[in-house]
Amino acid sequence: MKITREEVLHVAKLARLNLTEEETTRLMEDMGSIIGFADKLNELDTEGVVPTAHAIPMQNAFRKDEIAESFPREEILKNAPDSDGEGFLIPKVVE
Amino acid sequence: MDLYTLTAHEIRDMIKEKKISSKEATQSALDRIAQVEDKVESFVTVLGDEAIAQAEKIDAKIASGEEVGALAGVPMALKDNMCTKDVLTTCSSKMLYNFKPPYNATVTEKLAGADTVLLGKVNMDEFAMGSSTENSYYKKTKNPYDITKVPGGSSGGSAASVAADEAFFTLGSDTGGSIRQPAALCGCVGLKPTYGSVSRYGLIAFASSLDQIGPMTKDVKDCAMVLDQIAGYDAKDSTSVNIQHPNFEAALTGDIRGLKIGVPQEYFGQGISEEVTAAVNAALSNMKAEGAEFSDMSLPLNEYALPAYYMISSAEASSNLARFDGVKYGYRAEKFNDLIDLYCQTRSEGFGAEVKRRIMIGTYALSSGYYDAYYKKAQQVRTMIMNDFGKAFETYDVLVTPASPTTAFGIGEKTSDPLEMYMADICTVSVNIGGLPAIVIPCGYDKNGLPIGIQIIGKPFDEATVLNAAYALEKTITKVKPNL
Amino acid sequence: MKYETVIGLEVHAELSTKTKIFCSCKNEFGGEPNTRCCPVCTGMPGTLPVLNKAVVDYAIKAGLATNCSITKYGKQDRKNYFYPDLPKAYQISQFDLPLCQNGYIDIEVDGETRRIGITRIHIEEDAGKLIHDDYGNESMADYNRCGVPLIEIVSEPDMRSPEEARIYLETLKSILEYTEVSDCKMQEGSLRCDVNLSLRPVGQKEFGTRCEMKNVNSFRAAVRAMEYEQKRQAEILDAGGVVEQETRRWDDVKGISTPMRSKEDAQDYRYFPEPDLVPIVVSDEWVEEIRSTIPELPEQRKARYIGEYGLPEYDAFILTSSKKMADFFDGAVADGATPKAVSNWLMGDISKILNDKELEPADIPFTPAQLAKMIALIEKGTISNSAAKKVLDAMFAEPADPEALVEKLGLAQVSDEGAILTMINDVLSQNPQSIADYKAGKDKAMGFLVGQVMRVSKGKANPQMINKLLKEALDKA
Repeated sequence: MKITREEVLHVAKLARLNLTEEETTRLMEDMGSIIGFADKLNELDTEGVVPTAHAIPMQNAFRKDEIAESFPREEILKNAPDSDGEGFLIPKVVE
Repeated sequence: MDLYTLTAHEIRDMIKEKKISSKEATQSALDRIAQVEDKVESFVTVLGDEAIAQAEKIDAKIASGEEVGALAGVPMALKDNMCTKDVLTTCSSKMLYNFKPPYNATVTEKLAGADTVLLGKVNMDEFAMGSSTENSYYKKTKNPYDITKVPGGSSGGSAASVAADEAFFTLGSDTGGSIRQPAALCGCVGLKPTYGSVSRYGLIAFASSLDQIGPMTKDVKDCAMVLDQIAGYDAKDSTSVNIQHPNFEAALTGDIRGLKIGVPQEYFGQGISEEVTAAVNAALSNMKAEGAEFSDMSLPLNEYALPAYYMISSAEASSNLARFDGVKYGYRAEKFNDLIDLYCQTRSEGFGAEVKRRIMIGTYALSSGYYDAYYKKAQQVRTMIMNDFGKAFETYDVLVTPASPTTAFGIGEKTSDPLEMYMADICTVSVNIGGLPAIVIPCGYDKNGLPIGIQIIGKPFDEATVLNAAYALEKTITKVKPNL
Repeated sequence: MKYETVIGLEVHAELSTKTKIFCSCKNEFGGEPNTRCCPVCTGMPGTLPVLNKAVVDYAIKAGLATNCSITKYGKQDRKNYFYPDLPKAYQISQFDLPLCQNGYIDIEVDGETRRIGITRIHIEEDAGKLIHDDYGNESMADYNRCGVPLIEIVSEPDMRSPEEARIYLETLKSILEYTEVSDCKMQEGSLRCDVNLSLRPVGQKEFGTRCEMKNVNSFRAAVRAMEYEQKRQAEILDAGGVVEQETRRWDDVKGISTPMRSKEDAQDYRYFPEPDLVPIVVSDEWVEEIRSTIPELPEQRKARYIGEYGLPEYDAFILTSSKKMADFFDGAVADGATPKAVSNWLMGDISKILNDKELEPADIPFTPAQLAKMIALIEKGTISNSAAKKVLDAMFAEPADPEALVEKLGLAQVSDEGAILTMINDVLSQNPQSIADYKAGKDKAMGFLVGQVMRVSKGKANPQMINKLLKEALDKA
């Protein structure tokens, strides 16, 4: 399986990763071999097979609509790299 | 006698019988950590004073006749991907170098409720991705049996600290073998419970549909004892199953007469070392001598488990790890031009190579045009593998396989080729695909004295049978402690 | 060239549950930034979502009220994208198995019924809010709104004009209000919509290229945005150009839309089944249980008003388009007031006062019983219609019993025949010319004389009696 430089860079953009030249070359190779390994799955005929998302069949796990206390704001913000005590600060977003 | 050499249930009983105090047990563990940690390097965070203070509190409770938890006073450690309120929880990543969660994982709460003493947080492959604990941002944990070898991974710190007698027990997490493979390589006991048995709330997710927390212990009885404390329904985890678990410790009879063991031949093929095969076969003979019956059988789809696993786990990981972006917690890049640059720089600097590789593979597998070919295909293969297991369990009570193709490999030996490293999980991933319970215990040692692990796989929610089979086998094995 | 407009709408409605969709934080508008948050809704590592059952109940209710079929096996999916108002970097939504599908609502356009298809209704979580003012080179993220439950109601491209789309929105809003699925407070963003619009030459079957418009925060803005887009696309097509498929952002202040993102960075949301949540299996019993809680909907109520009370269709439509208004109407009628009179007052003076004061029907300060009493006073002849208007003003100012207000303001009518006759005779003696005009057949004279008597009575004389007695007196003169 060949993964092109463009594909690596496209996926990196989707994943919000900056790659160095060296990383890009390495990933072309690694992704090629791992995705190629996954191509082994094509040996199996899965026509009509229902995909499994959960290891154990489960359904209808619900919570009652009952209010619980929210967390103190300090607790929510205490790990923030940049905060003014009211919210999370980020570089200006231009919409 | 050094207390630290004892098992967790022995310590529990001695504290209960007031033969020793929790403080003595805790001090012994801390002394042992001080003694061997520079060789083993299994801890990311050691809570010295805090652990002693906690032990004293429990001792006071015991002295005053107050009711105490089931594991009162037993010192233990948690893998560093389980949230501990106000205690550093790093996932062994630079990304979370300063993260102190404002809440406890459910397992943290449960073990605190059982009055255990938290010694610290143990090392792991970054975000639980790896099979050697070499992917930790902080340190490379060593195998206590040979410190030039890896302890396995990703719960390498959990396994090594138990094997080195630094902690009486630990918890690990297992997505594709991350409890069982290091247990095999470090000669300890590790159990991956049925998916849904132990709450994942507060476990920093790698692959949500595969992750499961389990005990890593010195013997099978400890394993049952710890599982009794952590298993059970949790309303905070929608995938937690609401069923009544038996008392696992009480269910250990050691009687396996009539137990039907299937031995899937696909697990004994290419890449499995002769010594491992020989040790597993010897163990099977021991079990037969105890009254079990075994026969060869086939799980023909086993070879597809690993590629399916890498697609599913990487896809889920790419989404689970998207939240680490330098805005809410953890690392933020120092230099950036704008918001997108802040995201990209933070993630590029904060994640290690293996994590980035998995994010890339997972993003690729989910991206437009590839979803059906890789992600959906893998989920369909998952269905087929589960059906295979289902059929096998119509005939057999448990399945027995090697736990790892080889004994512990050298540090740096497999870091250059990711696929070669992924092969270390060849014996374990299918169990996660199927959501099944499986235990690994030592069943012998190779010519260099490195432990060999055997895996016993059970039906969903039948941990009791798995534990009992392991308990019976354990009695026939002579264990050797590492020489540190 | 002549074009036909094709419009489809995606409406997001915030549900009126007590708590958020995946955690127990209070679901309430506003609050100091980041004070209605917990580790779950702020996406802390290790946290897990647990679905609020009420969210499923409400979505099914909305589905039933819009004639959808309810999905027996639903699931939730992750929609992945990076944005600082989305702390997990994915939104939990529904991709291929939404809770409700294939419904419709009927709307009235120019007296005709048009059926608008509902493609689907799915549940999802709201994102937080970014605050830009006062932060210089930075923005601030407030996660209070993260995890507020939403339903997204996607229509078929069945609307053919901005006006039709507006009526669809109004009708949908009243259904959501009636079922109490959403409080539909536009100013708090409880109801938001994205517009998809395309043009095609009249007679052409295939749809043209559509543009999506976001950030449409009121029905009025929706209509303006659609009118703008209609014109923009027509100009492109008339000039021989090609409409680009794109997402545009509506700026209601400037009255224009601008492209948000182009094709090149088309989003790849990488939807996949949410592994942290399990399938939603809806039994027939569950559906029936919810169906039994659905109140009379505007359509049914309207039919009842026309059938039972003989109200004109237009009146019935206006009254029922707001649930509070219709509830008020039913209350007053239950208290014995004539339906037509109640309807006239509600649609006339009361609506006018509400409009002037920028109030909602829910804000009417007096009770339906008090309105019924006021109408009874008119019918008994105790007060005139014009006096009643003053009473109504007073009831808005300080809600009190209408009888007490009539007393307080001295508005009771004079219905004493002798007293009115005295006034008539006075007026006639001073206006001989008007008598002559009346005799000559000039109708205006009668009106003038009535006015004079009313003036003398300081507006208190019973107008019907003035009319009757004056006519008798003139005929005798």
